[in-house]
Amino acid sequence: MAITKETVEYVAHLARIALKPKELEKFSGQLQDIINFIDKLKKLDISNVNPTSHILPLENVFREDTARESLPLDKALMNAPCRKGNFFVVPKVIE
Amino acid sequence: MELNTLTGHRLIDLLEENKTTPQQIIDSLKKRIYEADPKVKAYVRLSDSHFLNQTPNTKHQTPILAGIPISIKDNICTEGYNTECCSKILEGFKPPYDATVIRKLKKADATILDLKTNMDEFAFGSSTENSFFGPTHNPWDLECVPGGSSGGSAAAVAADEAIWALGSDTGGSIRQPASFCGVVGLKPTYGRVSRYGLIAFASSLDQIGPITKDVRDCAILMNIISGYDAFDSTSVNVEVPDYTKSLGMDIKGIKIAIPKEYFIEGMDPEVKSALEEAINKLKALGCECSEISLPHTEYAVPVYYIIATAEASSNLARFDGVQYGFRAQSARAGKAQSLIDMYKKTRGEGFGEEAKRRIILGTFALSHGYYDAYYLRALKVRTLIKKDFDAAFKEFDCIITPTSPTPAFKIGEKIEDPLKMYLSDIYTISVNLTGIPGISMPCGFTKKGLPVGMQILTKSFGEEMLFRVAYTYEQNTSWHLEKPKIS
Repeated sequence: MAITKETVEYVAHLARIALKPKELEKFSGQLQDIINFIDKLKKLDISNVNPTSHILPLENVFREDTARESLPLDKALMNAPCRKGNFFVVPKVIE
Repeated sequence: MELNTLTGHRLIDLLEENKTTPQQIIDSLKKRIYEADPKVKAYVRLSDSHFLNQTPNTKHQTPILAGIPISIKDNICTEGYNTECCSKILEGFKPPYDATVIRKLKKADATILDLKTNMDEFAFGSSTENSFFGPTHNPWDLECVPGGSSGGSAAAVAADEAIWALGSDTGGSIRQPASFCGVVGLKPTYGRVSRYGLIAFASSLDQIGPITKDVRDCAILMNIISGYDAFDSTSVNVEVPDYTKSLGMDIKGIKIAIPKEYFIEGMDPEVKSALEEAINKLKALGCECSEISLPHTEYAVPVYYIIATAEASSNLARFDGVQYGFRAQSARAGKAQSLIDMYKKTRGEGFGEEAKRRIILGTFALSHGYYDAYYLRALKVRTLIKKDFDAAFKEFDCIITPTSPTPAFKIGEKIEDPLKMYLSDIYTISVNLTGIPGISMPCGFTKKGLPVGMQILTKSFGEEMLFRVAYTYEQNTSWHLEKPKIS
């Protein structure tokens, strides 16, 4: 599987990370090596194997749908890089 | 004898006999930290902590830990105290709540040290070189790494800059640094200890665990931090035994499996001989040791680096400059072109190199067109790896392996080659993939004086077996009594 600079650029966009040109260069090389190494998994026969996405036999861990005390507003906003009243301020979303 | 050099259990005894006070213990620790940490750098943000004015917690609710200070890794939330995962993107973050383990420790009268231990950023690493604050130095050889990602916690305990500590383990991050620093480190069974308040790396692999000077201290802490938590939907409702009751139990007849795939070419010969000695010791103590095969061992590292990075890419999506931490200057106050522009600049500048590398790898493995070939395939191979261990535990009580193929390597030695760094996790990684518990403990030293660690594994929720074997081995050797001389 070939990892080109274009692949890395596209994936970085999906991950919302701005990479500098030097980083793009470096990462394509390193990720190529890593993917080549990971490709050894292709040797295995997994035709009759179920995936293990979670190690515990837990399912649907729910609680009663009743309101409980939750984090007070001031605490929830206290780490905001930019705050106005009860809102986190961000750059314009809608054109 | 300086108070900071003692174990937690020894200090509990002294406090009970009124021979010392919690304040004296804290003062002894402070003195040691100011003296040794400029060289070891086990702690972060030393200059701006409230540590100077730290007083003990002695609310006497269930006063098991008697006010004794405990050191906490920088990814475990402590209300009102900075918790930054040693990353620029979380600079200044003060959690609005305590992690469940912190709440439990406070209730047991532990004093939470207002000074966090160093780590690889977001736990991405095996050497603590990926910290935003720079590396920690191994107390046994300051030119060497302490291991990672809980390198700060392990180094602090080894250097007597901590009485005991908490770390976290996703692929070996408690066990490997414990091994490199000559201390005890335990990764509990997945679901044994609540992850609520642990800043997540890989949600199906992460666990918090103790890093201590000896096995008894580890058992004492496990008693406190273990248990079902309604705030963690992956925590399991299994009763917590008194782990200290396993200490001193006979180990005659215990069946130990030695996997042949863990004793291979490329392994340091001094690590190999230290393990062989340790196995002989266990035989002399009455254990039955046999060779077995864990045939899918070679696939564990690639499986881990798909699953863990995939989960990390999802967990780290929340760091975007909106709710907490760093926001790129170039995206502040009307300068950003759009919200996405702000995300990209913030994450580009806020994350370190390894974090970016792993997020990109994980995003790739989950992306359309590659999901089946990489992520789904990795989940299936995970099943095969688990089956190897299940089969072994049908016949054997535990498995013993080296914790790492080499002793601590030099700072800078592997940092330029990510793949080389990843391969050093070979012995610890399967443990997280299968959810089983594992303990690392000292079992010798190299000729250059670097510690060698032995890893003991057992089936899920079988920590009592680990304590039983580990304690007897420890008490019949004296590795745990050795201390580094910090030059």
